[in-house]
Amino acid sequence: MIDFKLPSLGADMDEGTLLEWRIKPGDTVRRGQVIAVVDTAKAAVDVECWQDGEVFELLIEPGAKVPVGTPIASLLQAGESADSARRQVPPKSPVEQAAPAPSIPSEAVAPASRPRVSPAARKRAGELGLDLAALTGSGPHGVVTLEDVEAAGRAPAPATDRGPSDRQAAMRQAIAAAMSRSKREIPHYYLSETIALGPAMAWLQARNARSTPEERLLPSVLLLKAVALALREYPQLNGFWREDAFQPAADVHLGVAIALRQGGLIAPALHAVASRPLEQLMGELADLVQRARSGSLRSSELSDASLTVTQLGDQGVDAVFGVIYPPQVALVGFGRIAERPWVEAGQLCVMPCVVASLAADHRVSDGHYGARFLGEVRRLLQSPDSL
Amino acid sequence: MDRQQLRQQVLAELQHIAPELEAEALRGDRPLRDEVDLDSMDWLRFLGALHRRLGVNIPEADYHKLDSLDALIAYLEPRLVASSP
Repeated sequence: MIDFKLPSLGADMDEGTLLEWRIKPGDTVRRGQVIAVVDTAKAAVDVECWQDGEVFELLIEPGAKVPVGTPIASLLQAGESADSARRQVPPKSPVEQAAPAPSIPSEAVAPASRPRVSPAARKRAGELGLDLAALTGSGPHGVVTLEDVEAAGRAPAPATDRGPSDRQAAMRQAIAAAMSRSKREIPHYYLSETIALGPAMAWLQARNARSTPEERLLPSVLLLKAVALALREYPQLNGFWREDAFQPAADVHLGVAIALRQGGLIAPALHAVASRPLEQLMGELADLVQRARSGSLRSSELSDASLTVTQLGDQGVDAVFGVIYPPQVALVGFGRIAERPWVEAGQLCVMPCVVASLAADHRVSDGHYGARFLGEVRRLLQSPDSL
Repeated sequence: MDRQQLRQQVLAELQHIAPELEAEALRGDRPLRDEVDLDSMDWLRFLGALHRRLGVNIPEADYHKLDSLDALIAYLEPRLVASSP
């Protein structure tokens, strides 16, 4: 039998509140299947299962808030039966099993809180939409009683009913915690390079002139693809710093910083960018932006990114120098694509340009390596046909 | 479809992309992408929605003519007549 633990939801989300289960004991689950919905400071997240099995037991109830890494369900593997699993494993409280994920500093992790609740109280709390974890029990051994739930139900703001300003404050706090950790722990270095986009923009313009809006590509897609292809050649920028060592990522999953309309940002991953055709990438990017803004991201998208790309060009700035999103070891920024005076073959001309920047972790690479990476991005963008 | 109905339809699609938008507060003569805070992805989605709803395919080369809501309506109106049966 295996414990299914609440997966990592990104460095700035170290706990989640279970909103609902999508499975029940006895169900067969497949790898990649959404088994629960968890609320975080930034968004509701669909939690995906990472392996095949049969659901044995659900260990937490909707409303419980638990740190990342807490076992939330137990699964039977192929060949195991519920009876044999019951004999093998004495019942344990999930509180005792709670283990922080390796990427989260231990001080950030509070003990798992599975409140002790009478069944009647649990039922009533469900009806009232109350967060049981937020209630103080007045019964024996701190058990939350029906009376406690009724009292909390009469109180003005139940804990799970977060207003927009509450969520914003929580998001700001989560971003601040992750970025403070980044600036405290990661020795950043920064480089920038102005890249001519003449061929790329001409190629894009010609291609888009033949398309309906639904089929058009944004320049972002070319930039993302070029970064992903360049990372294949420069693996020291693509991966994670964990337990005092660099772990290169197996593939290039690019985190894309997406501004949320109500404020704040989230950087979910586009998967396997280097091997995707541009059209597919565009579709996936559009889908990702839409889902990030409507709050329906998948857990793998929040934990997989091996490097983040931030583009603030739409806001009109020339360049952006980002803060690395731990445990990643580099971040690429793009400013606005603008026409600038440019010298080519001794001639002054007008050229669409973009400033690409790199923030990278000195524990893994240095400026010379980073500069060659940016050079590769530039080189790739000169032949858009090959992207 | 008269101009008022066209405006309603365009606003409905804008609100779909920017749910926080208050139609009454939108100034028709100001730069649309600033008024509504549309990034290039939002803009493309918006044009895609107009294409599906109104049957008008706005080419990239015409983007510069669409700098305000009023300009967009003025651009769409004659093309709407042309494309309806």
